[in-house]
Parts: sequence; structure tokens; C-alpha cells
Amino acid sequence: MASQIPVVDYLVLDAEPHLVVNACVACGARFFDRRNACASCAGTEFRREPLGRSGKVRSFTIVHRAAPGVPTPYVSALVDLDGGMTVKSNIVNTDPTPEKVRLGMPVRLTTFVVDSDSRGVECVAFGFEPAN
Amino acid sequence: MSDDIWVLGTHMTKFGRYKDQDLIDLGATAAMGALADGGVHIDDVGIFGCGNLNQSNAGVGQRILKQIGQTGIPVYNVANACATGATAFRTAYLAIKAGECDMGLAVGVEQMGKQGLLGAANRAKRDEKVFEPNGRYGGVLQTEGVLGTGLMPGVFAQAGMEYAYENDGVGFEQFAKVAQKNHAHSVLNPLAHYQKEFSLEEVMGAEMISYPNTLMMCCPTTDGAAAAVLVSGERLRTLSAEQQRRAVKISASVLNSDPWTPSSQVQPDVNTLTRQAADRAYELAGVSPKDLDLVELHDCFATAELIHYDNLSLCERGGAGEWIDKRGPWRDGEIPVNVSGGLLSKGHPLGATGIANIYEVTTHLRGEAGDRQIPDAKVGLTHVIGLGSACAIHILERSGR
Repeated sequence: MASQIPVVDYLVLDAEPHLVVNACVACGARFFDRRNACASCAGTEFRREPLGRSGKVRSFTIVHRAAPGVPTPYVSALVDLDGGMTVKSNIVNTDPTPEKVRLGMPVRLTTFVVDSDSRGVECVAFGFEPAN
Repeated sequence: MSDDIWVLGTHMTKFGRYKDQDLIDLGATAAMGALADGGVHIDDVGIFGCGNLNQSNAGVGQRILKQIGQTGIPVYNVANACATGATAFRTAYLAIKAGECDMGLAVGVEQMGKQGLLGAANRAKRDEKVFEPNGRYGGVLQTEGVLGTGLMPGVFAQAGMEYAYENDGVGFEQFAKVAQKNHAHSVLNPLAHYQKEFSLEEVMGAEMISYPNTLMMCCPTTDGAAAAVLVSGERLRTLSAEQQRRAVKISASVLNSDPWTPSSQVQPDVNTLTRQAADRAYELAGVSPKDLDLVELHDCFATAELIHYDNLSLCERGGAGEWIDKRGPWRDGEIPVNVSGGLLSKGHPLGATGIANIYEVTTHLRGEAGDRQIPDAKVGLTHVIGLGSACAIHILERSGR
């Protein structure tokens, strides 16, 4: 199998791919990016925490006119994960229509190869697909 | 009068696309117009706040003064996303409030041309492609379209759909009704970029940009400038009766940034800071939403306007869908919103927008808005959001006359 790299460092590619956050030890606020300090309480100590792999669609948009080179239409969504935290990603493996994608719809995390580089390393992204 | 700060003069260019005028021409036109409107001279001005976003490193304020009068006053070139103009206005306000001077000039100006979608990041193409984690998220490639969208039509579509998720009676049709209203209003405003009315069916049937925002529900990229002259109450008392009669009181001037909220990392939260800024502005002005005769709010997209009805407490909490359904924000409704045509029709020259809405409300409070005049307007509110985020709210009241 070709070697793989996650599209962002908060995606962990293991037997059960999942997302991780930097959680503030003092107040529990969670962040996807690397931190200088906590935006909620200014604390400076963080720990890594794994996130749930399922959730519900909190909001979505179906993008028809996009940045150059981005295939359309596609669904961008905010997903409330079970166990807490909201994440943005595409809704995949369903038709990009308001009939198929619904507010509150249960979804689960899935991963897919986006591209590979000159060395053959595959970039793996995550998305969410309907859970039912 | 003495503790208050007033709008003495204001002017805006027609919004549109200017091929034969540059940024400095537009800014100078607005500045000179505002000075003339206020009956004062550049020599009277003690501070200049200049708002521009796309050329914000290019000394735009000084270049405008080189055209209209190099009096040696301090210039503050400010950039604050779509709140840039309002921030320039507030810079002049703060200098007067601090007692540094008794008269200030604020200009907002932008030349955008046909810029297309905003927020699209460009990454240079290389022959050799090697995936390496980069930046705060360890990203190995451009994630736009891979991990959702960060482009403006989609971001604000998601903000609207989030409201639809949390509240009943909100959907594509309610968002579309916002655009129908603003395009209908624009017909009466000769300064608007577009002055064309569309039926609800035309709005909903237009090209889908980012569901539920169709083309008619997205603001155009536009060139234009707006300016205001601000004056202390003490100085105003020394001016003519006519200048005092036309002056408009700044009852509240509020600028804030987005406080931390759990979901705001993946989608800018434009609600919390707007709600906080509005509450603060109402408190400072001693005004309630029911007292407002008109509101110019930040309708960069139709979905944005709808959620701000709620954020600004113009409707019942959770009731924005019902409010547009019963025509609450139409010019003959409960609280007229965006009678200028809003950003959707008037256009959105980023740096100019936050002063153009002050121009609009001031013009109504003076009773000088012509065909689009809201009868007997006494109190108005302006609101802008700069994504990332900044919120500016001003409450303006007409003078006692």
C-alpha cells in the first residue's frame, strides 16, 4: 500500500480514522489548530483528545460556483459530533441536493484519497456520509 | 449637546464600476462632498480616518489629502474587513471623544472591479509536488472544496442554515424574500449599483451560487466611496443654525470583536458579537429596537440579513422567518431594513460600506432622502460585520430642530 498522509494534522489515520483536538487542561475548550494559548481562558496547557466519529448535520450549503479547479456541486457542512465539537467538512456519498442532505441528518466519518504527490504519497481527507 | 458627537456632513458616490476613476478620485470625491455638505473646509479638520481594505498598505489616506489639501493632520489608515469604513468613522469619533480635536473626517473607499468570489485562496502551482504539513492545521494541500467551503457565499449560507436548523419557519423561501425586498427597495435609490426589482420566483430561480443563496441573494463586487465629517457638540454650537439643524447625533458607537464560542473555529460566529454589540448600543443610546425608524444592516448575503433581524432584536427571538413572512422589514413594515437596497443591490465596496450606511441613515434623519424617504424618521441604526470578525453598530438620532 502506498504511504499516506492526512490532509490536516487533526485527522488521525489508524484502524478507525478519527479527529483529534488540542483541549485546554484548565477549561476544556477544544481546538483543531496548534495553540499559543487558550482563546477561552488564556490557559497554556493542552492535551490531545480524540473526537467521536458520528454526529448530526448542524448546517450545510451546496456549492455550485466554487474556487477555480474545485469540482461542483458539492456539499459543505457543519457537523455536531457525538461527544461534542463542531467540525466543517464535505458531505459525501450522497447526491448534493437539498432533498438528500437535510438539517439534523445523522452522519458518520469516512475517509478518501484526494490526490497523490510526486513520490506517490497519498493525501487522505475526511468527510461525512449519511449514517442510515 | 456638548458631550455628544455629531455627523455634520456626509456624502457618497454612486456605487458601481468606475473604469475612468481610481481609488483616490473616488475617496477625494466623497471627502470633498462631505466637507461641502457640512459647510466646512479641510482646514477645520483635525483628524482623518481612512478606511480601505484591498490597498490598505498603500497610504490611501495621505494620497487623498494630497488631492484635497495637505494640512498636516494625523491620518489613520484602517483595515478591518467589511467593518473597515465603520472603523474609520469610529477612529475619528474616538479622537474627538478624547479631546484631541473637535472635527474629524472619515472616508471609506474601495475599488473592486469584477472581482468574483471573495475568499478564494490561490496557491502557486509547482512542477514537483511533495505533500508536507504546513501551517496551523498541518494542511498538505488547499482544503477549499475538500473540507467544506470558506468562500463567502458558502460561509454565510451555512450561517443562515444554522439558524434554520435551530428555528422553525425558516427556509430557502424566507431567505429569498430578503433579496426580493432589497431589490424592490433599490429601485428608489439612484446611488445603488443595481436598481432592478425581481419577483420571488426570479430570485429563487436565479443561478444557484451556494444553496440557498442564488445570484440575486449575493452582493455584487462594487467600486465606491462614502465620507462623513464628525464634530463635537461644543464646536457645533459655534456653527450656523442651519448646520445645527442638519446635524445628526451619534447616540451610540460600538465596535467589538468575536468572543470565543465553541463552534466559531470552523465557522465564524457572526451572531454572538452582533448581539453583544447591539445590546451595548441600545444601552448607550437609551433606545430600544422598537424606537428604530430604519435600519441599514449587513446583508452581504440574503442569509446574513435574516439572522441579523434576530441578532439586532428587530424581531422576536427565533422569529426572523415569521418576520420576513409578514413583511416586517419592508419599507412600509414594522421596522424598515435596508431601504437603500442594501448591499445586495447597492453593492459592497468593502471599505466604503460602513460609512455608506451612515450616509443613508443620516439622509433619512434629515428628511432629505427624496423618493425613498422614510416619513418622519427620528432614530436609525447601522450595522456592519467584518468576517473574522468585527462588528460595528452606530445609532443615530436627528437633532431636536
